[in-house]
Amino acid sequence: MAAVAGDNHRLRLVVRYMVLTLIAIIFIFPLVFMVMSSLKPDQQLLSDTGSLRAFLPVGDLSFDNYRDAFARAPVGLFVFNSMLVTGVTVVLSLLICSLAAFSFVFLNWTGKGVVLSIILATLIVPFETIAIPLLLIASQLPWIGAEGLTFGWLNTYRIQIVPFIADGLTIYLFVQYFKDLPAELIEASRVEGATWLQIYRRVVMPLSGPVLATAAILKFLVMYNQYLWPLIVVQQESYRPVMVGLQYFFQLNIAWGEVMAYLSLITLPVLAFYLVLQRAFIASIASTGVKG
Amino acid sequence: MAKGTKLTQSNRAGWAFAIPGFGLMVMFIILPFVFAIALSFTNQRLISPNPTQFVGLANYQQLLGVGMITLESERDDIGAIVFDDDGEAQFPRLRGYTRNNPDYPRIDGMREWFSWGNDESRTYVLARDVVFMKAIVNTVLFVIVVAPVQAGLALCLALLINQRLRGINVYRAIYFMPVVVSIVVVSLLWRFIYDGNDGLLNNLLSGLTFGAFEGRDWLGNPATALPSIMAMSIWQAVGFHMVIWLSGLQTISPTLYEAADIEGASKWQSFRYVTWPGLRNTAVLILIVITMQAFALFAQIDVMTNGGPLDSTQTIVFQAVERGYGKQDISGGSAISVILFVIVLTISLIQRYLTREKN
Repeated sequence: MAAVAGDNHRLRLVVRYMVLTLIAIIFIFPLVFMVMSSLKPDQQLLSDTGSLRAFLPVGDLSFDNYRDAFARAPVGLFVFNSMLVTGVTVVLSLLICSLAAFSFVFLNWTGKGVVLSIILATLIVPFETIAIPLLLIASQLPWIGAEGLTFGWLNTYRIQIVPFIADGLTIYLFVQYFKDLPAELIEASRVEGATWLQIYRRVVMPLSGPVLATAAILKFLVMYNQYLWPLIVVQQESYRPVMVGLQYFFQLNIAWGEVMAYLSLITLPVLAFYLVLQRAFIASIASTGVKG
Repeated sequence: MAKGTKLTQSNRAGWAFAIPGFGLMVMFIILPFVFAIALSFTNQRLISPNPTQFVGLANYQQLLGVGMITLESERDDIGAIVFDDDGEAQFPRLRGYTRNNPDYPRIDGMREWFSWGNDESRTYVLARDVVFMKAIVNTVLFVIVVAPVQAGLALCLALLINQRLRGINVYRAIYFMPVVVSIVVVSLLWRFIYDGNDGLLNNLLSGLTFGAFEGRDWLGNPATALPSIMAMSIWQAVGFHMVIWLSGLQTISPTLYEAADIEGASKWQSFRYVTWPGLRNTAVLILIVITMQAFALFAQIDVMTNGGPLDSTQTIVFQAVERGYGKQDISGGSAISVILFVIVLTISLIQRYLTREKN
């Protein structure tokens, strides 16, 4: 930047920060509104929307809405369900997709090219276009469990987990990352007599921190925010995730304070998680684009 | 990669490592996709006592059937046009042609979608499923507006964030924040913003115009409902694409900018001749990603409008879910899914073609 006269420079700096801040307000105000409203009684919440008070912690503040939200719906259960489904899917997805990518990058086998092309081709199939036939398949899949052989996966955890373990994007991310690892390292281990599983576990995985973080974050966001799929495959309360659990708050008289408390409850942990790992989150989104 | 050497050749291990992932994808992505196509030619329901039958193209004809008819206005005995009390020319009732009229078998069972004309004659465009037609138009409209606007705004934000300023990372973190919030949560919050009585947007606009702006029910009005959802969707996702632009910007070598500086290029020129060519691949990627995401529009509709008012926010996926799940009409929902896929595929092929590398 060329040096400009002091005052002029300072003025431009102030303008820049003002623009940046104004835009920041646009992005943040609904979230501030959500948190502030969750602390207010319904009547005050609704009357405050008429002024800037909507964004300020003023008036009669309490955690009553949170208490009432827990009383109205099994909030703890919904959060547990979401955490379980998300956690299990993320772990299994990292394992299964990295194994597949390992095979595509480091091993040579008949049919590899075809299989990889099919996997990458699924990237242009939006999930929404397969949801309805998948619903039919899910209603008839077999399962061997405590009650012996049963058919139908509706109203279970597994129907929320298994279809999302393997996906084209995650495999693609691992493939791209593995391609940049030094091939000599793998060959050297091979010469020393290591099995493929040992190379995967002891050589490749320890070097894969960044891509594991990326894949985990992307999967986490997708899974925690699932809406359409659990909406159509889970009717029983005991397996519902947080986003579908929202329906409990939309009965005849909507208690907006409780809605806001529930929204804050399911959103703030993710936001906190994001703010702590901010760099990793942003890097993970960025990495989906670099090699497009 | 050491291709074909003995060291890496291993059919057994290769398949063993790949099969869990590939198997799951065949089972839960490829098979349902094939099913969608197959089921769309049947009358399959989620639960039905009757066996499934092959019905050919019936589902598609039901969804996509359109027709046209031009009618002459009613004349009285001396041949003058008949006007009603509102001064509108009178036309024969459409029903006379679309209900069991043996002379017009092609438009049997259709309803009016839209029409145009003058006092003497009027042309009616008819559709067998008017709601689905509206869903297609709304979805395409949504994509046509959201894709370029969101990509453009995201680029502006990326350029803004890509400067060296103290604390710039804080701003970047904030702009990205809505991306990590569920679209369901966002849609609910924005219902407050768009509320017709005391919504935040009405209050803001009336404050800015010193009370001159009269509040309106943004989501309750067919003219503003879809644009309101577009604006909110852009707000939610723009940070995502800002980050992708940003990573594209950072791959451009600083020496190119220095060279442009030395040549005395203006800011616009250095954007036009250095930045923009460097962002080519990023631009293609972003456009395809946004287009695909925009076509999948569902949660916003489900939470905010349920397709209303007057079907002004019906979308393709919303219709697919309403049929396939709501009415348990798997075959109808599958046919809609196939139509959606064909549209997405066509558009991404067109985008690829238009943005291809010209050698």
